[in-house]
Amino acid sequence: MTRISFGKWLLPLYAALALIFLMVPIVYTFIFSFNDSLKSNITWRGFTLDKWLHVCAVQNGAVCQAFGNSLVIGLVATVIATTLGTMIAIALVRYRFKFRSATSLLLFLPMATPEVVLGAGLAAQFLSLGVPKDMLTIILAHTMFCISFVVVTVKARVAGLDPALEEAGRDLYGSPGQVFARITFPLLLPGILAAALLSFALSFDDFIITNFNSGAVTTFPKYIYISASRGIPAEANVIASAVFILALVLVVTAQVSSAARAKRQAGLG
Amino acid sequence: MAFAAFASTTAPTTDAPARRRSKVALLLLLPGILYLVLFFLAPLVSLILTSLQAPSEFGDIGMYSYAFRWENYAAVIEQYWPHILRSFGYALIATVLALAFSYPLAYFIGVTARRWPLLQSLMLVLVIAPFFISFLLRTLAWKQILSDESFLVTSLKAVSLLAPDAHLTGTAFSVIFGLTYNFIPFMTLPLYTTLERLDLRYLEAGNDLYASGFHTFRTVTLPLSMPGIVAGTLLTFIPAAGDYINASRDFLGGADTQMIGNVIEANFLVLLNYPAAAALSLILMTVILVIVGVYVKRAGTEELL
Repeated sequence: MTRISFGKWLLPLYAALALIFLMVPIVYTFIFSFNDSLKSNITWRGFTLDKWLHVCAVQNGAVCQAFGNSLVIGLVATVIATTLGTMIAIALVRYRFKFRSATSLLLFLPMATPEVVLGAGLAAQFLSLGVPKDMLTIILAHTMFCISFVVVTVKARVAGLDPALEEAGRDLYGSPGQVFARITFPLLLPGILAAALLSFALSFDDFIITNFNSGAVTTFPKYIYISASRGIPAEANVIASAVFILALVLVVTAQVSSAARAKRQAGLG
Repeated sequence: MAFAAFASTTAPTTDAPARRRSKVALLLLLPGILYLVLFFLAPLVSLILTSLQAPSEFGDIGMYSYAFRWENYAAVIEQYWPHILRSFGYALIATVLALAFSYPLAYFIGVTARRWPLLQSLMLVLVIAPFFISFLLRTLAWKQILSDESFLVTSLKAVSLLAPDAHLTGTAFSVIFGLTYNFIPFMTLPLYTTLERLDLRYLEAGNDLYASGFHTFRTVTLPLSMPGIVAGTLLTFIPAAGDYINASRDFLGGADTQMIGNVIEANFLVLLNYPAAAALSLILMTVILVIVGVYVKRAGTEELL
């Protein structure tokens, strides 16, 4: 164990460098949220907290409006996709039914289809039906591509659930509703929450499908895409950095609490 | 009762409760499946119909009527075959690079760092951290880091590692770089998942049998991590082949790095040539499904979902 060889340190060193590499554009975006920039945010002009304090001041609040649209779309699409996806996941694990492999294929295909095809397909359908593109068409599109990801995430949790627990509830004369509300749902909750977070993240950051189905509505990624040619205000960096920090805190908290739970359970056992 | 529950999970039953349960299954499945039929399958049908449309006889831009113009496909292939080939070429290179980048990283997190669970989960958080910041902003950040006036490029030119008139942005290099960077987490996570479950006793056995480190890796570790490699390469290749942000001129691309996604976007949203956009989309989807099918069959991982 005392022998320190080059080979032994090569892998940890590589991993550290690789992780630093992954952080580069994140750190860059964060630093430039403090840039005292004018219209575009390319060269460093000095440190300021202004952009953080007055996020909505720029362009009559266009950045904030786009951000708000993204939040609403993300929340609505997440609620619908998580509900529909969780129901499918329970059915897939717990029940036997005909067309099982057809169902699996239908769930797998949206994940194996490039976003540009999903986006163009929906846009072609809305076009031929004469549906005007607005907030609703974006929500319909986002819900569609989130469902499969919810199914995959929740399915793992349902598969790990001991059916004997629900059976015990039924033996104690619990109604199907009571068994679901008091036993199944609480046990599935961590998986459902993870799926909801995933689908919110997918919806919030989606640009390709949104671009085809948004009409005049601007979401946060679409705002960045449109502004890219004439320069993106530092306020966009502020919003992205704030979202990043929030997501990081959320994930780290979840990790720590699940580690603590595992420790507690290990202690009990 | 408990016994019945046990039975119902292990074997299909034909008694009354089972039939009632299949009704429950139907109720659980129906809304979601119906949704996917309406907003995934029906749009694919729309796409097929649109791809065969002919321009309206009045010659208005953006107006088409239903027809069976199979020539649309020949026309887009003739016009856009460089974009089609480029998309798959870029995506393939990016996938190989992402695999080469991710495997040692995933190995370190999943195998070497096993003794330190806290370090392990911290590193995992860092791997997925790029997901938490806008895809477009992180791509733009790279554009600025790789731009001609940037510290990196001026330094490389100062030490003559880069020719004075060379550019990094707007080239095939920057597009492939962007694709690789943006999809690395999709590669690392599935690799980590399989490597994390790798039984270290197999490696010890290889060692005990006097196999070299490389030999053990090639005959034990690599085959055992195949499911992760298959999942990771698919999760990287599919979005990379259809991506048009990295290759876009406002991001990391230039005039001669345009990919199939850029052409689909331009035809659909700018030129209003819906049949061409639809035909290109279907070509992209068909090629990807064929590649996925062949690849999964050869690699032998049936259960992807």
